[in-house]
Amino acid sequence: MKTDDLINGLVADNATVAPPISRTVLLSLLAGTAVAAAIFATTMGLRGDFFWSIVNSPRFIFKFVVTLGVAIPAYFIVRRLARPEQPAGRLVWMLAIVPLMLTAAVLLEMSVIPPDQWKIYQVGSNSMMCMTLIPALSLAPLAAVLYALRQGAPANPTLAGAFGGLLSVGVGATLYATHCVDDSPLFLATWYPLAAAIVIALGALLGSRLLRW
Amino acid sequence: MDRQKRDTEWSELMRASIMGDGAAYKRLLAELSRTLRSTVRRGFAGAGVSPNDVEDVVQEVVLAIHMKRHTWDQSKPIGPWVMAIARNKLIDDLRRRGRRTEVSIDGMLDILEAGGQEDAIHASDLRKVLTGLNDRQRDIVQAIAVDGHSAKDVADRLGMTEVAVRVALHRCLKTLSQTYQERPTQETTK
Repeated sequence: MKTDDLINGLVADNATVAPPISRTVLLSLLAGTAVAAAIFATTMGLRGDFFWSIVNSPRFIFKFVVTLGVAIPAYFIVRRLARPEQPAGRLVWMLAIVPLMLTAAVLLEMSVIPPDQWKIYQVGSNSMMCMTLIPALSLAPLAAVLYALRQGAPANPTLAGAFGGLLSVGVGATLYATHCVDDSPLFLATWYPLAAAIVIALGALLGSRLLRW
Repeated sequence: MDRQKRDTEWSELMRASIMGDGAAYKRLLAELSRTLRSTVRRGFAGAGVSPNDVEDVVQEVVLAIHMKRHTWDQSKPIGPWVMAIARNKLIDDLRRRGRRTEVSIDGMLDILEAGGQEDAIHASDLRKVLTGLNDRQRDIVQAIAVDGHSAKDVADRLGMTEVAVRVALHRCLKTLSQTYQERPTQETTK
């Protein structure tokens, strides 16, 4: 087949152009989040004092500062990485704020809680639940985000998959945090990153397999 | 033509193409393939690969541009997007050949700027790639791409609807791009 013939074929196929990739990323994420939210609502649900805590517990609120502080920049990074020529860029620095905030919150927590209580706050009441339910809630968003990235053209499939994992765990952890009663930054800084690491690794692994084009 | 002017022209053509202008699309792909040919040739030369298979890679890049054109951000210049796709495909190809080569986008743009005269086109044969298609698919690709029939003519002849022909063509192109990806490349084919 000559190149001119190929071009004729492509021109005949011109009508098949897919929707803009940024739209696909957004819609897929919304769909994945909706599935995760439905799973969450039927199996876990909001914790009993959810509305009280929103008003009265800065520790509770801080959990969402962290999870959304990850999810929002990760979303914009994924949207960029879905295109072949756009690197993650300066958005990565926005992500770097999260560990800094978390460190500050941990230090603050350690200053207001007596040292013999640190361990209790850190271990919390259900760390194993946290470690399993966050990745579990992240699966539907991860599948959706990887689907969207597959429609895209990521220059680095492993990296794109990893950030897809980060975005998904941002969604999963946000949902889980509305259920979990462990609010201490000591708990947050110990277990959430471990749960995130699992999903990021899964995203990177799947990305390296599924996102080549 | 300087880079910016060329970029503007390509961007306009691509925008028109996405809106359904077939003539603009044809012109764009013809121009892109001409530019890509010298880009790939220089990439091959830089990696010390014989230029025999240049046209294969050009076709692979043009096909990828077609399949992924919805990933171009219309608010950004199109040149870096084209070159990123070319770079990706070129690296894939060199990797399949066992070359560990770093090709930077900047390098590619320099290559592109350098321009250069067009050598005679290697009219390459895609038979090994087309084997991934079944008879009817090959028939459709042949009729539309090589013989220049319209989708409607092909539909009438094969007793299919025009939509079905278009869908089949799109599937073929998808299969083609996957076959490219999985194809092992021998160091010298001919």
